[in-house]
Amino acid sequence: MTSPRPSTFLANAVRSGARSAVDVLEEHLAIIESGDGEVHAFNLVTVDLAREQAIAVDRTVHAGEDPGPLAGVPVALKDNLCTRGVPTTCSSHILEGWRPPYDATVVDRLHRAGAVMVGKTNMDEFAMGSSTESSAFGPTRNPHDTSRVPGGSSGGSAAAVAAGFVPLALGSDTGGSIRQPAALCGVVGMKPTYGTVSRYGLVAFASSLDQIGPFATTVADAALLFDVIGGHDPCDSTSLNRPTPRVLSVLDDGVAGLTVGLLTEFLDGADPDVVARTREAADALAAAGARVEEVSVPEVVLGLSAYYLIAPGEASSNLARYDGVRYGLRVDAADTVAMNRATRSAGFGAEVKRRIMLGTYVLSAGYMDAYYNQALRVRTKIIEGFATAYRRCDVLLGPTTPTTAFPVGAKTGDPLTMYLSDVCTIPTNLAGHPAVSVPFGTGDDGLPVGVQVLGPALSEGTILKVAAVVEAAAPPLAAPVLAVGGRA
Amino acid sequence: MVIGLEVHCELKTATKLFCGCPNVFGDEPNTNVCPVCLGLPGSLPVINQKAVELAMAIGTALRCEIRPSTFHRKNYFYPDQAKDYQITQYDEPINVNGYLDLPDGTRVGVERAHMEEDTGKTSHAGASGRIHGADYSLVDYNRSGVPLVEIVSAPDMRSSAQARAYAAELRAVLIASGASDGKMEEGSMRVDANVSVRRSPDEAFGTRCEIKNLNSVRSVGRAVEYEAERQIALIESGERVVQQTRHWDEDAGRTVALRSKEDAYDYRYFLEPDLVPLVPDSEWIHAVGDTMGPMPAVRRARLVELLGDAGDVTEAQVDQVATVVDLGLDGLVMAAVAGGVGSGLALARTANEAATDAESARRLDPERYVALLTMEASGALTATQAKAVLAELLSAGGGDPAAIAASRGFETMSEDSLAATVADVVAAHPEDWERYCHGDDADRKKLSQFFTGLVMKSTRGQADGKAVAAELRRLRA
Repeated sequence: MTSPRPSTFLANAVRSGARSAVDVLEEHLAIIESGDGEVHAFNLVTVDLAREQAIAVDRTVHAGEDPGPLAGVPVALKDNLCTRGVPTTCSSHILEGWRPPYDATVVDRLHRAGAVMVGKTNMDEFAMGSSTESSAFGPTRNPHDTSRVPGGSSGGSAAAVAAGFVPLALGSDTGGSIRQPAALCGVVGMKPTYGTVSRYGLVAFASSLDQIGPFATTVADAALLFDVIGGHDPCDSTSLNRPTPRVLSVLDDGVAGLTVGLLTEFLDGADPDVVARTREAADALAAAGARVEEVSVPEVVLGLSAYYLIAPGEASSNLARYDGVRYGLRVDAADTVAMNRATRSAGFGAEVKRRIMLGTYVLSAGYMDAYYNQALRVRTKIIEGFATAYRRCDVLLGPTTPTTAFPVGAKTGDPLTMYLSDVCTIPTNLAGHPAVSVPFGTGDDGLPVGVQVLGPALSEGTILKVAAVVEAAAPPLAAPVLAVGGRA
Repeated sequence: MVIGLEVHCELKTATKLFCGCPNVFGDEPNTNVCPVCLGLPGSLPVINQKAVELAMAIGTALRCEIRPSTFHRKNYFYPDQAKDYQITQYDEPINVNGYLDLPDGTRVGVERAHMEEDTGKTSHAGASGRIHGADYSLVDYNRSGVPLVEIVSAPDMRSSAQARAYAAELRAVLIASGASDGKMEEGSMRVDANVSVRRSPDEAFGTRCEIKNLNSVRSVGRAVEYEAERQIALIESGERVVQQTRHWDEDAGRTVALRSKEDAYDYRYFLEPDLVPLVPDSEWIHAVGDTMGPMPAVRRARLVELLGDAGDVTEAQVDQVATVVDLGLDGLVMAAVAGGVGSGLALARTANEAATDAESARRLDPERYVALLTMEASGALTATQAKAVLAELLSAGGGDPAAIAASRGFETMSEDSLAATVADVVAAHPEDWERYCHGDDADRKKLSQFFTGLVMKSTRGQADGKAVAAELRRLRA
């Protein structure tokens, strides 16, 4: 049983000259044109630039050269990845009109691999949210049910892949922002080990947690994209200076002999239908030769609280630079301090302001030890808890999210309920580990359920081959049918 | 009084601390910038290895313990702070627990010497040139991200003279270690002083004030003196000193309050997540130390030794020694003495003439310099001629001193020719000659200079001043 490789198939067609990159692009632009009015996955579709890139790929093929493993494959980028000369907004008014003078490292690597960038996807403002509703440019809708959220913060990228707008997309995951929307949209999404993918050019939310990762329709495609974007980057001091495991080649090795720990803390808070799908996935792994046992990592329940001190703390500092002085929005006022205040008041949305205030508070004199430093101690505890589990298990298994996609507007009035959406994904970020969400059937409401495979640092190869077995055993998921247009 | 100094030193690296932009003073505004030093969204810092080496060189020169260190973010809003936080070392600095010995023998402790990045520079357009009443402000980010080391002394100084000596000695050490050009007028070295007073050395320290904007060694002395007197006057009139940051107004010669302790910022320091800890191994630390030459104190001692017994060294020569070492010209003096030139002459020519264009002098081939001074010492060139040849050597960036002298027609006058010229001059000024012969010592000295000047003029500097004076004495006798 091998994981399907649609992007490899597409790239090989372009590389061999069987299809032109321009033809592949135009087909996808047409789907975006017909469907994105309803989904709003994109903040910007870079039609002209994409055509230029596709033409360049075809020219390379005609010259007898190889454009690379993603030749002509359309890719969407979360709008917090810097793209030279192309607006990069983080779905915030404060960055409206800003055009970065440089490409993020991952954008550069995609380009070198022959990929064609089709646009920038919608997100929660500055990646703060779990539903893409905090975007300053309006919410993205879940392609499986447009009355539902796609999850977030990388909701635009997840929806773009789910809707068939693009076969591949990049997101960023600080507390679950790739895996949670992947689960809710029925696609594959992976957060790699901290330090395996360069953050250079990723607009920072919480620097010690942020990591760029792939969205794809299949595990093999996610692996392919990870292989392209991963690896050491001298522009990122936290980039690991060691060979990143190439994962595509080990995908089909199977799970015989592996020990899979079913993480009880993640099952405890989840809806019964989500728990049921997770157990079915575990059964499938057992059937494929893995040893499955229930495992408890009690520390993970502390993750959410620790995260909401550490991430806002770092964010309050990272977002200080949006001061109206150098780029983006400026609201004029009598002096620089007043200008700064007016600009930030007008430019940031409510959720961003909430987290800046929270973060400023937890770092302030007299409170830092009780909050921020205490959270760092909890973070260490969580790392130790995982380490204990990984002495017994090769990987851990659990639901990606406690529920399926919730209705648009259902949680916007209650931030704490919204935060709980990431309870199963946050511990991985705090530990710096990799985890992948893979679709496995649907909930009682017919919406996709995601199962999460977690592993220790640099275990991408292992978690992806486990995910490939889960994928192979998953009941087929109905393709989303959009009200307008729909897919052929 | 009790004084501690905090000195910011810009490191003499080719590029900035966290990016590849050139570290140059005085370029067109905002030309040496990139996403990193502009703090653009998504950019990340990468530490400059050379800056770490220069920081370790400072630590070595100041006898510090060089340790594993980390970077923090110091958060505050200011338009010239590109990220609205400064990356700086906080509780784990690279250098700790060192000291600097002053020429008077005082040992001043160095608590820490840590790395951080510089800010950009704001200028306010408008009549006042200050922020109040400005029409608009401009920010130049060329300086943003320039590497700094902040050297924090212990409160070990007890007089303005010591504060001045510390600043001067530290500047010499920074230059000698290769870490900085020490140009205070360009802001390469900036000094803040913490000053407090107390009635007797047995009492606890008084409340201190921090004085900013000290842009020369001289202003360090003046500001410290003024501030101590201000605090003493306050206490004697029954008031108390309030902990403040004060600004030194060089023109007015006084300090003015900037902000008090209550207004202090909450910088919300936390570990910089975009950088990893700096852990230099002992091999690297030693390699840095091995490339460093001797420090100024050692080099000064060597020169003084050349001059003879300590008792013979004049105050002027002590100053000359300091100048020569500060400018890195002691090698020329050593070479000249080794080549047989008298130490007094070698020191004087180097401190007084070569020092006027130290940059060219440092590039001079020592052999040429020794040849020139040998010509002067042997009488082949007069002092005036030797100075002229040296000036050309420096401006031309080298050359053969003998050839330069020949091309200018510098030849030592024959004794006969000199005697004839002196006789002519004396004959032309009989009254002055009369006064020279019969006046008092002061008259004679003055008139000797007068006649020598006339001889020099008529020979266009070819005469040897000493020989003229001797001839005058011979005629009178």
